[in-house]
Amino acid sequence: MRYAETGYSLEVDLSTGNIEKVETDPKWTELYLGGQGIAAKILWDRVPPDVEPFSPDNLLIFSAGLLHGTPVPGANRTAVNTFSPQTNLLAHSLMGGFFGPELKYAGYDRIIIRGKAPKLVYLWIKDDKVEIRDAAHLQGKGIHGTTALIREELNEPHCQVAGIGLAGENKVYTASIEHGFNSAARGPGPVMGDKRLKAIAVRGTKDLHIAKPAELFEYCIDLRRKIAESDDVGDWMAVDEDDSFHHDNFAWGNARVRIKNYWSEELQQRWTDLKYDNMDRQKGCYNCSKQCINVINYKGHRFGYKCYGKDTYHMAAFKELDFSYEILPIAMEYGLDSYSTAQAIGFGIELYEAGILTDKDLPDFPTDSGERSFYLLEKIARREGAVGDALANGVYWAARQIGNGAEKYDHNTTKKFEQLPIKLGRLNPPYFLMIATGEKMAITQIEGSFPQDPLPTIEERKEFVEKWAPVVPDEKFKKYFMEWEKRHDISNEASCAITDWNEAMHFLDDSLGFCGFLSSFRGQFGGGVVYHINNMPEIVSLAHGMEIDKDKLWKCFQRIRTLVRALNVRRGLRRKDERPPENHWALRDEEFEQKLLDDYYDFKGWTKEGIPTVKTLEELELGYVGEEFIQRGILTGDEGTPSEELAKKEAEGKQGGASRE
Amino acid sequence: MNNNSEKKIVKTIKVNLDKCNGCRACEMACSAFHAVPKYSSINPARSRIRVITDEINDEYVPIRATDYTKAGCDGRRTYTINGKEYSECSFCGSVCPTRDLFKDPDSGLPLKCDLCEDDPPQEEPLCVQACSLDALTYEEVEKVEYEESVKLSEMELGLKSLVDRYGYQKVTDSFARLSRKS
Repeated sequence: MRYAETGYSLEVDLSTGNIEKVETDPKWTELYLGGQGIAAKILWDRVPPDVEPFSPDNLLIFSAGLLHGTPVPGANRTAVNTFSPQTNLLAHSLMGGFFGPELKYAGYDRIIIRGKAPKLVYLWIKDDKVEIRDAAHLQGKGIHGTTALIREELNEPHCQVAGIGLAGENKVYTASIEHGFNSAARGPGPVMGDKRLKAIAVRGTKDLHIAKPAELFEYCIDLRRKIAESDDVGDWMAVDEDDSFHHDNFAWGNARVRIKNYWSEELQQRWTDLKYDNMDRQKGCYNCSKQCINVINYKGHRFGYKCYGKDTYHMAAFKELDFSYEILPIAMEYGLDSYSTAQAIGFGIELYEAGILTDKDLPDFPTDSGERSFYLLEKIARREGAVGDALANGVYWAARQIGNGAEKYDHNTTKKFEQLPIKLGRLNPPYFLMIATGEKMAITQIEGSFPQDPLPTIEERKEFVEKWAPVVPDEKFKKYFMEWEKRHDISNEASCAITDWNEAMHFLDDSLGFCGFLSSFRGQFGGGVVYHINNMPEIVSLAHGMEIDKDKLWKCFQRIRTLVRALNVRRGLRRKDERPPENHWALRDEEFEQKLLDDYYDFKGWTKEGIPTVKTLEELELGYVGEEFIQRGILTGDEGTPSEELAKKEAEGKQGGASRE
Repeated sequence: MNNNSEKKIVKTIKVNLDKCNGCRACEMACSAFHAVPKYSSINPARSRIRVITDEINDEYVPIRATDYTKAGCDGRRTYTINGKEYSECSFCGSVCPTRDLFKDPDSGLPLKCDLCEDDPPQEEPLCVQACSLDALTYEEVEKVEYEESVKLSEMELGLKSLVDRYGYQKVTDSFARLSRKS
């Protein structure tokens, strides 16, 4: 018997209608854990680099994390992976809610979708019964309408539904997959639309087994209480109404304008009243006692949001919170990601103001920025007209489609993806590395264990470190933090290790199924997260039964992270792509940054081009990746890391050019 | 109807709908506690408490499995509370033929909340322990109870539902056949 996991994948070919339940290799779990880790392995094995994102051969994988469905609280984020049409790289996408656990109870760890349906369909999974059903009547519907109709026609009020709205159907690149008040952004929405898969409904009534049941259950009862009581986990912005951080520090409009001292007490009071006058409740995800989702009922629309998601639209339009409350339910109904879509809108408005877009391109374009946002939102969701069709492809592609000088207004993308609109003065070296080399595309999916800023006094640092001590993987992080005085002033050695740790926790969360608000994203604020490298091994071991310790789990992170890098390298990712937006920081030092990048590649065991070396791959039991790199001519096999290459060159120089080794 | 009355401690779970965040930890804990062996598996479909959920209506109602009934009611009434419309089924714990709730997914037999009777007794039922937001709270109140009928055990309840479904004759025949086999 297999514990914590079901041991099965559900394979669905929408072109042929073929459906299979396939047993998975137990060895995969030990190597790649589950969730995004195993999805990466499947994509490596089955989607060669010449497969276009909109090809029927591209796979769309919905994965439950290894711990989904177990008693472990807060293990509920479903990973959705595919190759994104926006970046042509791996789409890293997650959503909270109930989908992954329900899938486990239906008897599957993941759904692997290939092919393209001849017309709009939805997938209905009830345990061993799986059907591809007509979805003509769901066309154009938002997630709530889709969910209600599916539940009614199947007479299955407890089924969980994830699906796309109008934007996904129209293959809008910034479309997300919606599930209740949760959404999976950054790539898979348009691929789901391309496959003509409107939704997946799942209901499970099977047992999920646990290796050490009583011990794990007891462990989790304590944890659940701790999670409920702790201010150091969950979305603190659900309860703290002071949102000066985003409004004073993030850029408005087309990610360009900073309004320092925007926040005021008067504003805070007004927005707090607006929220609580219109809030129904604060909701959680499966088996988690946090209440991160604000459920708002405003002017006849009910919708849910968390964290910075409530700010993006009004900041793009220089409006206030009430504007976001008006546009969010409409945007969510269309199934649009609130991070990237808001930037595409801000970009469009700026192009109009700059005269690059004119009344000919945007007939009857309103004068008010809020009305303009609604206007562009409609165009984007429908891909209406040349401008709607361009903006629907995100800022990077829109700039190139529109042309006429629009390219220089695309100033906030990295790897063709909209970054958070942060414009700062001096460089924060770990952030340089995270934005440059991250493959989860949004900084919120990369940062999180090590604080963003130093604390001013030794006493404050000491206090923080005390709370932080149980979660740090190594004593050195405490030292880095205690000695950190100025944001830009930190050693390369520390920057590399910090970036690595920050990434590690996200890669583990996204494979085990944990929510970042309990783990990877949250340690930076408060220090006292409930899931970390020091207790994850025990939890995995109690749930799954495998023998695993900190070192082995860390190696799983390194393996999965390296495999994700390999997937993208195979599709063409190289050093030249690893550049944060040029204006992310005002003061830049190219030489310092490139040296830092070299040092990081060294740290990771990658070549000067950012490609994992054959040696690194072999050490991580990814020898098959190295072989394919050599076969494809991506590596010769002799390349070392930047410092190894330098040492070789020096040795060659000394020996007067004699051959190596 | 006899006049048997006695003072009894009545165990009950109080539900505060405003505090529920819809996380369904109660379902998870219930199914784990009632698994055999205890905690060995998780399956909310086996839970004796379910959170009736309708997100767009902001409806989250934890209901507990109560009595088995062979006939469904018409269930047509709706209640509007604070502007939200609820079906009467949202508050009903009966195990009835009109809905797929509180029936063991393998056998189809009715499930019933037993408030986690255990030896030694649990301090609180498991769903209450799992609810860190106090949407579910446990109370023991002293009440004068009038004994109306003999309470059925879980096995009797299962048998009764089989009898309702197949008739005495078929159940008796199957039982006799099974006894011969063993």
